[in-house]
Amino acid sequence: MAEITYRDAVIRGIAQEMKRDNDVVFLGEDVAKAGGVFKATVGLYEQFGPLRVRDTPISEQAILGAAMGAAMTGLKPIAEIMFSDFFAVCFDYIANEFPKSRYMSNGQTKCPLVVRTGNGAGSRFGAQHSQSVENWCMMIPGLKVVAPSSPVDVIGLLAAAVRDPDPVIFLEHKSLYPTKGEVPDGEIVDKLGTAKVVRPGRDATILALALMVPRAVEAADRLKAEHGIDCEVIDVRSLVPLDTQTILGSVARTHRLFTVEENPRLCGWGAEIVSIVADEAFYDLDGPPVRITTPHIPLPAADVLEDMMLPTVERIVDTVRRSLQG
Amino acid sequence: MATAQVRAEAPGSGLNDDIGEAKRLAMYRSQLRIREAEQRAYDLFLQNLVKGTSHLSLGQEAVASGFAEAMQKGDLSFCTYRGHAHTLARGVSVEKVLGELMQRDNGLMRGKGGSMHLTSEEHGVMGSYAIIGAHLPIACGAAWRAQYKGDKDVSVCFFGDGTTNIGAFHEALNFAAIWKLPVVFVCENNLYMEYTPIGDVTAVPHPAADRAASYGLERIIIDGNDADAVYRAAQKAFAKARAGEGPSLIEALTYRHSGHSRADPAKYRPEGELEKWKERDPIKIYRERLQQFGISDKVIAEIDASVRKEVDDATETCKAAPMPPADILTTDVYADGGWAWRN
Repeated sequence: MAEITYRDAVIRGIAQEMKRDNDVVFLGEDVAKAGGVFKATVGLYEQFGPLRVRDTPISEQAILGAAMGAAMTGLKPIAEIMFSDFFAVCFDYIANEFPKSRYMSNGQTKCPLVVRTGNGAGSRFGAQHSQSVENWCMMIPGLKVVAPSSPVDVIGLLAAAVRDPDPVIFLEHKSLYPTKGEVPDGEIVDKLGTAKVVRPGRDATILALALMVPRAVEAADRLKAEHGIDCEVIDVRSLVPLDTQTILGSVARTHRLFTVEENPRLCGWGAEIVSIVADEAFYDLDGPPVRITTPHIPLPAADVLEDMMLPTVERIVDTVRRSLQG
Repeated sequence: MATAQVRAEAPGSGLNDDIGEAKRLAMYRSQLRIREAEQRAYDLFLQNLVKGTSHLSLGQEAVASGFAEAMQKGDLSFCTYRGHAHTLARGVSVEKVLGELMQRDNGLMRGKGGSMHLTSEEHGVMGSYAIIGAHLPIACGAAWRAQYKGDKDVSVCFFGDGTTNIGAFHEALNFAAIWKLPVVFVCENNLYMEYTPIGDVTAVPHPAADRAASYGLERIIIDGNDADAVYRAAQKAFAKARAGEGPSLIEALTYRHSGHSRADPAKYRPEGELEKWKERDPIKIYRERLQQFGISDKVIAEIDASVRKEVDDATETCKAAPMPPADILTTDVYADGGWAWRN
């Protein structure tokens, strides 16, 4: 057991899979010799060499297209798109190519690849380098989408993503890179499509993803200490496949549902989950499901404004308390 | 326009030259097969039996056949939505192609892909891509796999002149050049970007070849209506790729006898242009070459008859084939064969 950062967990996760399988190759901008702009790939070039860890030009279409061609023909590429906002310049691969080739070819074409990307706000980078784009990906049939919140989940879910035969979008939260967590020694392999109850509770279910998970946990601790409200916090982790059973099971026990989302409000992942719960667990609910989200606006750069925009511990505490206690 | 310039690429001197009789007969058959199948696709469209859209390669057969005959097993083709020709040229049956165009259960992808996405991995046809430029980077990735594994396979990526003005073209060319990938980019310059003359929307006269220097590549322009010229250019580029010397960009001058897609009567073409190009019809050119090299009319007639029979038989089989069944609607979204996005 060791305490490591989320950033170092990315390095360890990639290294674990590259050591295991020579067909795992890695490409992206500044990822090799420079070790990544977030320093989340430091040492991989030295460890695995220039044939397996490759710097690319600033050509996001070439990066994702090349990853797909390599995946179709037998390699297991990990491609890095530096900021998830840049998905917009290579969205053809994410929306049209990776997820549809198997279906269109009637099962002939495979696409086992992972796209890692820096997602989310908190770095004061403004509207084009801070977005949470998980809902851009979640809406596309044929993709899998995961977003870990802790170092141990980074390693385990990255391993699961690399070993998965389908294209997986792996969203690393930029503001979590310096955060630390306990990680067991040895190989770690998790399972896609599994949510995790990170804090059990009886009175309400709070669903969160990535950076919103530690905030939801802190809010739950305060709700218990200050208001006697015992919340269950679930880290959704995997948007596709979605672990609805864990969510529905929790709602059946707590009878209340809150989502804490960083993605834009319209068509956010919480909206889909709320609709599933409304469909399938309506009579388990003692009150309306509540989505705690950003306002539906572009992200501002200034720290005071960005902080106002994201769901905070205070907002989560206030929203849950008012909903449950009036 | 540019035909005079490319005629310098002299045809071979006879049946014992570098191409030889067997290859030439194969290229003749291949071109004719494409011509007859494409013409049949058009006829079936008029009968409302080919559904959706279709983009024919009538007039452009020599590019597909010349390259396919130069390719080896293991070499991979990446095609555009105008991909019937390249799919047929790699040996996929007319029945599978027409079946897909007619959206029947016997189609190449059982109706799940359609005319624009013909794929037959067992024949090395790694997909037909309907988003302009998308497959150039993908071909780079397949070439990267070959390079990484030390295989000698070449990825061949076919596209039209219009593709040279999209970003993915330039990203892929640069990427292939810096990584020295074994990929051959083949621009079929048929003079029209969909409905607009390519010259009206491109800064240079030769949309592909005039960009080659930007990526440190040789400027290569060939007569795309002469299968021998295509075959020789392909051999040269493949040898370079297999030797680890990197990519090539070839601009093949050709002409589309039909409109862009089934909806296009191609009325934007100047009077007489089509007729002029029909004088240089690749099949006419090649039939004459076979005759010039002493292949008997009887041998040619036998090929003609057997190709027509394949197309006729395929047509009847497809007409009788059932529509795709409901149970394939949700298969093969994910690798487990299904479509489940939740538990």
